[in-house]
Amino acid sequence: MTNSIAEIGGAKTILAVGTNTTAAHPIIALQMKNAVRNGAKLVVINPKEVDLCQHAHLFLQNRPGTDIPLLMAMARVIIEEGLYDAAFVEQRCEGYAEFEQSLYDFSLTEVAELSGVAEEKIVAAARLYAKNTPSSILYCMGITQHVHGTRNVLAIANLAMLTGNIGKPSSGVNPLRGQNNVQGACDMGSLPDVFPGYQKVADMTARLKFEQAWNVSLNPVPGLTHTEIFDGLYSGRIRSLYLIGENPVLSEANASHAIEAMKRCEFMVVQDIFLSETAELADVVLPAASFAEKDGTFTNTERRVQRVRKAISSEEEIKPDWWITAELARRLGGKGFDYTVPAEIFEEMAPLVPSYSGISYKRLDQGGIQWPCPDEKHGGTLFLHKDRFATASGRGRFTALNSPETAEKVDDEFPLVLTTDRSLFHFHGTMTRRVFGLNVLSKAEKLIMHPDDAALYHIEDGEKVRVVSRRAAVEVEVRISADCKPGIVSMSFHFSETPTNMLTCGEVDPIAKTPTTKVCAVRIEKIKSVEVH
Amino acid sequence: MTIATITVNGLELTVDSELTILQASMKKGIYIPHLCHHNELEPVGACRLCLVEVDGNWKTLACKTKVYDGMQVKTETDEINAIRKVALELLIADHDTDCLACAQNTNCALQRVADHIGVDTARLARMKPREKVLPVDTSNPFFDFNPNRCVLCGICVRTCDEIVNVNAIDFAYRGLGTKVAGFGDKPRLESNCVSCGECLVRCPVGALTEKNYQRPVSYVKTVCSYCGCGCGLMLGVRNNRIVTAKGEPGNKASDGKLCVKGRFGFKYVNSPERLRHPLIKRESGFVAVSWDEALDYVAEKLADSKGESFAAIASAKCTNEDNYVLQKFTRSVMQTNNIDHCARL
Repeated sequence: MTNSIAEIGGAKTILAVGTNTTAAHPIIALQMKNAVRNGAKLVVINPKEVDLCQHAHLFLQNRPGTDIPLLMAMARVIIEEGLYDAAFVEQRCEGYAEFEQSLYDFSLTEVAELSGVAEEKIVAAARLYAKNTPSSILYCMGITQHVHGTRNVLAIANLAMLTGNIGKPSSGVNPLRGQNNVQGACDMGSLPDVFPGYQKVADMTARLKFEQAWNVSLNPVPGLTHTEIFDGLYSGRIRSLYLIGENPVLSEANASHAIEAMKRCEFMVVQDIFLSETAELADVVLPAASFAEKDGTFTNTERRVQRVRKAISSEEEIKPDWWITAELARRLGGKGFDYTVPAEIFEEMAPLVPSYSGISYKRLDQGGIQWPCPDEKHGGTLFLHKDRFATASGRGRFTALNSPETAEKVDDEFPLVLTTDRSLFHFHGTMTRRVFGLNVLSKAEKLIMHPDDAALYHIEDGEKVRVVSRRAAVEVEVRISADCKPGIVSMSFHFSETPTNMLTCGEVDPIAKTPTTKVCAVRIEKIKSVEVH
Repeated sequence: MTIATITVNGLELTVDSELTILQASMKKGIYIPHLCHHNELEPVGACRLCLVEVDGNWKTLACKTKVYDGMQVKTETDEINAIRKVALELLIADHDTDCLACAQNTNCALQRVADHIGVDTARLARMKPREKVLPVDTSNPFFDFNPNRCVLCGICVRTCDEIVNVNAIDFAYRGLGTKVAGFGDKPRLESNCVSCGECLVRCPVGALTEKNYQRPVSYVKTVCSYCGCGCGLMLGVRNNRIVTAKGEPGNKASDGKLCVKGRFGFKYVNSPERLRHPLIKRESGFVAVSWDEALDYVAEKLADSKGESFAAIASAKCTNEDNYVLQKFTRSVMQTNNIDHCARL
């Protein structure tokens, strides 16, 4: 997030795009609802009538995958009505002319037709966002999990820069990050192209810095991304895999491909707290400590680094992940893995990562600190891009965009669009499926289907059907609800009994390599035979 | 902050003029009996226990009256004590008083009030006993609602409205039979309750209690393991098990709040399904082995695939320290940058 969670309460307009916030980020949703209570306007853009819509002043229910046209049409309204922040664009941004030119491909009438959102609503949303400021955009995987996910994000950034809603309190471009420490895992360099602190592996200065720190010579070639690793396993290019705390059998789009890839792997080590569906495929399984059994730090979606503290001792044969990896490193001849406590790891890392340099365990005992925090005197950063953007020129770069193609198209054989969603009562599944009460609150998968579609396919509420995509089939109970528009159905992916991601499309965004799980063409087949009288 | 000087029971206090009499007095350590007040909620003045005398001539509710400069407050007079005593007796007469069996025992606001005002059992005995015992709603898998222990303070109702904005509950059957209920007085599980438990942690008595509650011997401050909100979590520990959890007051990300997963979802940590030993797959299936055997075996196998034929998938569930060590291992020992995690999923 460019801004902080607590700042959401101060926004006058909140634009929530592709986020089912009350289910996936309930505590951030409290801030949004609180803002609305205090007079803020909430605009929701989502293909599904999510719970948040109850609090929204405007709900734009667009067809899955039409976010770019919608956001571009809003930008065009803002420019045509003179509502943009000319001074901000002039002083802080670049690339405006090309961006403005690209807007003329998006006529309001055509976008309304394409997205299924009425013209008046697009105009009203644009006016609110531009005029009733500060405005904050919150988005989640409804934006990123598309073949054009990166361009979706750029469309959001365009809108924020155009109206000067960035670099100020209670504004910004705010991705709500999924996992407890997905921000931290990125910051720490668990990515193929960067060392800790986003320092490029291909950059010689950065490489020299880490070669000196670690006293080794390092490989300058960026590695493979998550989806490419699975493709590499599939093709035999990758022969051994060390996988920690992840369950691709359930979470990977087009999961059967991932499963086959892991089966082909010559040697696979899985380190987890449970024998997950993925761990069952491994050659060696190593039992790891849970968050309650170890010390360390997590970095949340607003860049806040906070201390994780050991609450209970794990059973003797369960070890913290850092200990296990360091033991392996030592046995393979690695130098500099003689850590005794996590604090030593943090002390080694912080000086190497400029945005963490001022953070220490001692300071974190007084409360979390938001990076960038370059030195011990620095109090942390509430919001980013205040005076300059993180580009070479320091200016925010507009991006000209065109209407994207979706990877999956409906046809006569697969006439419905399946989009994935989440339940409040589950996370991915490995943890929550093992908490009895959460499974009382949410027992099994439900396919959400509009009454018109149910009538069309002669399906009753609670009936079990077969959902078939171009890749697989899954059997699931139907819940008839007007939350989805006709032609759109939705499922979550928490239940291994009904693995939704066997259905989804593995096509990836060309830049971020994020697979598209939000648009998947399916058909519904009846299982119950039609009674003959 | 503007300052007001007030006098409470003859003691001169300098306080923030934005505070109510109750807040200002409590802040200075002067107890005024109360049940329905909660600092995070709008005051409603339902319990009538915080009645005080102001400037020697008028009585008001301390929870609803802001202080002003020169205010003279008496928290007790004969008349106020008499009013409070009756208000308390009416509450107790309608209350399940089996305190030893209650999860809130020694932590209960009604006990505190009774302790302060005093209970005359002879007077209580003259009152009409409760006519019927109401059924306990045990439908929610994480907490129970026992209306027999409810004092109708409305803190749960206001929490669900003002804090959570869900409005799953309200007062039903207003009058002698007033009760907190969901729509149609159906079991809580069938209401639109999101099971966040924010009402549970604010209940001043034993009406809302966690199922199988065990009082922890200590709390450990940490961070929730579910989503990216990063809520401050206090894990209640007893006998090396997590027995309960609550939000960390004042945490900058979560301001003390938790959702259903954060508050109740820690139970996977104690799950009997946890992996307990390193496992190596042999022909017969997984076999438990020692750490030395497992690590030696993995190291021997990985030694053959240093370079581009190795890949690591890191975990966004793990700590920064875990991730730092794994990427360092991948880059410096395995000599490849083939490391990624679920960030792009």
